[in-house]
Amino acid sequence: MGRYVARRLLLTIPVLLGASFLIFAMVYALPGDPIRALGGDRPLSPAVIAELRERFHLNDPLYVQYWEYVKGLFQGDLGTDFRGRPVLDTIERTLPVTVKLALVAIVFEAVIGLVAGVLAGIRRNSFFDNLVLVSTTLVVSIPILVLAFFAQLLFGLRLQWFPIAGTNEGLYSYLLPGLVLASGSLAYVARLTRTSLAENLRADYVRTARAKGLPNRTVIVRHTLRNSLIPVVTYIGADIGTLLGGAIVTETVFNLPGIGREVFNSIRSQEGAVVVGIVTLMVFFFIFFNLVVDVLYAVLDPRIRYD
Amino acid sequence: MTDQQQLDLRKDAVEAGTTTGLASPSVDVTQERQNSLWSDAWGDLRRNPFFWIGAVLGLVFLLMALVPQVFARGADPRACDLGNSRGLPSADHWFGFDTQGCDYLANVVYGARNSLIIGVIAVLVILLLGVVVGAVAGYYGGLTDGILARLADIFYALPLILGALVLLRVGPSTGIPVINSRGPGAVAIALALFGWMTAMRLVRSQVIAVKSSDYVAAARAMGASSRRILVRHILPNAVAPVLVYATITIGVIIAAEATLTYLGVGLQRPAISWGLQIEAGQDSIRTAPHLVLFPSLILTMTVMAFVMMGDALRDALDPRQRA
Amino acid sequence: MTNLDLTKPTAELAAQGTPLLEVDDLRVEFRTRSGVVKAVNGVSYSLGAGETLAILGESGSGKSVSAQAIMGILETPPAVISGGGIWFQGRNVLEMSAEDQRRIRGPGISMIFQDALSSLNPVYSVGFQIGEMFRAHRGMSRKAARAKAVELMDRVRIPAAARRVDDYPHQFSGGMRQRVMIAMAIALDPRILIADEPTTALDVTVQAQVMDLLKDLQQETGMGLILITHDLGVVNEVADDVAVMYAGEIVERGTVDDVFSRPSHPYTDGLMSSVPQVEAKGGRLRPIVGQPPNLADIPSGCPFHPRCSHRRLGAEAAPGRECSTDVPPLRLVVPGREAACHYSEEVLGVRAP
Repeated sequence: MGRYVARRLLLTIPVLLGASFLIFAMVYALPGDPIRALGGDRPLSPAVIAELRERFHLNDPLYVQYWEYVKGLFQGDLGTDFRGRPVLDTIERTLPVTVKLALVAIVFEAVIGLVAGVLAGIRRNSFFDNLVLVSTTLVVSIPILVLAFFAQLLFGLRLQWFPIAGTNEGLYSYLLPGLVLASGSLAYVARLTRTSLAENLRADYVRTARAKGLPNRTVIVRHTLRNSLIPVVTYIGADIGTLLGGAIVTETVFNLPGIGREVFNSIRSQEGAVVVGIVTLMVFFFIFFNLVVDVLYAVLDPRIRYD
Repeated sequence: MTDQQQLDLRKDAVEAGTTTGLASPSVDVTQERQNSLWSDAWGDLRRNPFFWIGAVLGLVFLLMALVPQVFARGADPRACDLGNSRGLPSADHWFGFDTQGCDYLANVVYGARNSLIIGVIAVLVILLLGVVVGAVAGYYGGLTDGILARLADIFYALPLILGALVLLRVGPSTGIPVINSRGPGAVAIALALFGWMTAMRLVRSQVIAVKSSDYVAAARAMGASSRRILVRHILPNAVAPVLVYATITIGVIIAAEATLTYLGVGLQRPAISWGLQIEAGQDSIRTAPHLVLFPSLILTMTVMAFVMMGDALRDALDPRQRA
Repeated sequence: MTNLDLTKPTAELAAQGTPLLEVDDLRVEFRTRSGVVKAVNGVSYSLGAGETLAILGESGSGKSVSAQAIMGILETPPAVISGGGIWFQGRNVLEMSAEDQRRIRGPGISMIFQDALSSLNPVYSVGFQIGEMFRAHRGMSRKAARAKAVELMDRVRIPAAARRVDDYPHQFSGGMRQRVMIAMAIALDPRILIADEPTTALDVTVQAQVMDLLKDLQQETGMGLILITHDLGVVNEVADDVAVMYAGEIVERGTVDDVFSRPSHPYTDGLMSSVPQVEAKGGRLRPIVGQPPNLADIPSGCPFHPRCSHRRLGAEAAPGRECSTDVPPLRLVVPGREAACHYSEEVLGVRAP
């Protein structure tokens, strides 16, 4: 296992570098002149512009710029934005918001998704099962953008249960955006649980468990659920990585100052260093949680051995 | 005639292209199996209400994109009267008026065309990239596969919206044709460029699975060429999962287009797009909620059409998932 | 569960002479959207302590379904027990509460299945799965149950049991996995063991070892053994009595020696002729013509008549014995032998009564 993890970690390096280079290339192949934009109405003197261009390596070819960036990355230096603020500070300021949002979303996803999926899977073709089937189809089809507006309209403006923007009310402010962010995965978890459970209920070893005279509860919980949840748990694990990187729309609509909104604003204002820094971080989360899930798989299913 | 002679003769025939090269009875199953797969699937689809709902919604969407004037009840989306600004829905104007005082039903209906164009173009590009890269990676294996799979990993690690967002933001100032157009083509290409990986993985895994099967080994023993094996025996097996994926992906792309446009990097005014309508409507969400409501509703129903058809197709084509 | 004593060793019961298990006119249907499939159509037999009954038939003959009905592990729906009774130690299992039925499974009746790999849960160690019997039925601690599991694995002759108790099913060979299943099934000294095709998935050499093990265990404990199989060789080796099933019915029954040497039902006769025999060199094998019956649409009269070489239809039939209209009852043909055929005497070569 140790060797497998080490090998996988090594394999993540080219992916991480490749993804960050891809973004880097797109951001810096960019034109426009951010330095001039920095000056706003007041034109900067040519000397200052030249100095700034030098400092941000804007005169070098792309690969040299990227090499400088990667060197910094390995020393924990993500560079500075055009106002001279370290990108690391921006991340430290915004990341906690996104982490809280992702955690709230994961809790919704796991709790509601699992419960709905288990109940539907055990009582196949019941009213509740059909309800889950229809409502998950509906939820999967509603774009997050639309869902966010309707959540704001209904729960925020009409019912006034939740604040519709900002983080002023602590964890409570995260409930509505968390639910919106979780919706798609929640529906997927419910469906995955349902199919997996229904499939396992027909398994030979469940028949054996009944033939052994085990109580019904034990048959369901120990011999059906335990096996059915392996793909579900691994999906939820991998989804943490996705949620940490996928909150752009939710954070923007709900005005949460997390890395998603930050990266969106930086893309708009062409703050290259911030964009590359945050996207690299998102890619890292994604890869990291996928690795965790692969390891988790081996822990949950003894048939899988990576050595 | 000895067996060896027979074999040689058959090989000659294959090279001359006169027979299929599939003489041994265990071999030519692709065609037959595919036929029964599709007829079983159709029997299954016909009894699935989700499929019919999806198909009807999809058809309405298609007609809206092709002949919007029929659905707009004669109204011109660009004939506006500021006096009607933000007028509420009425018997004459079912969806009310937008801020400029244009008939909103006409505007929403005319928005379908851009969604359809972008959805179809993006999915076609995704399929092209996915099938070519996936087939090459799966069939040749080894280093080729290693590099292509890693390339897919790299793109996979970037969220679809994020990648497209960056590309579309910088697009207009680059010299790359289409990408710098700010039009539907740019949006479609940007979404396809960050969304081809799943199709590639589907094709690749199918190719790897079928490549090692007995009948492909037999075809190869008969001297069929690589390209022929790939096209005749392997790719037909990948059609079913790719079709399911493509159907659902049209819906996903349409939602992503609306999102990108809403975020300001997709289609630009004066184009008519649901994303632009939602963006414009959000400021008056308290006083004129219908401005957000109607485009959202139609957008959702369109996405739902493709999700439902795709789901039903998957259930029909994958007997293992059936109840 | 007041009058059902499962604590005494089975061997003591043998002397009392009452059968452990009586199945009477059992009927099982599968009610599906596409119609009713009649899997078991009036099966009756009894089994005493220490006896071995083989149930022989091709797949789809209802042999496994009837066994699962006895175990109470049929999936309902779609399966429905539509008639008959199952008496275990004198009490009708079908009238018991689900909880009482559950308590019989394990210490009363136990079962092993054909495919041990899929029948064992892949995510638990074999020791855990064997030990579950003691935890569920005897309330033992996990540790004590594990110790018991080691003992049982020794008893079914799994080498290095103490070391392998924490291994998972996929780490064992096919034969060893079936031994694990057997260990689990005999854990609580069941009165009856139902073995459903226990050796079909195994290599020939391993088959013999597993059958020997079952035979030895039966001698030690005196349990009744129901052996479900389509393998004539296995029946010949192990069983005392054999019941041959066709289309959900028993078509012939008797001692193994009698039935195998002189079949009295055309189907049994066909089975014997379709299998190569070491003694009869040079003869041609005669397969049974036609297809196994469709259980959703069982032929009228004798279900075997479309494939039967002895059938008499229309005018050539004796009155009341027309094969395509009159259902032949299972009847005594000669002492110790029952068959469900109008013309058994002819098949057997004896004079009609």
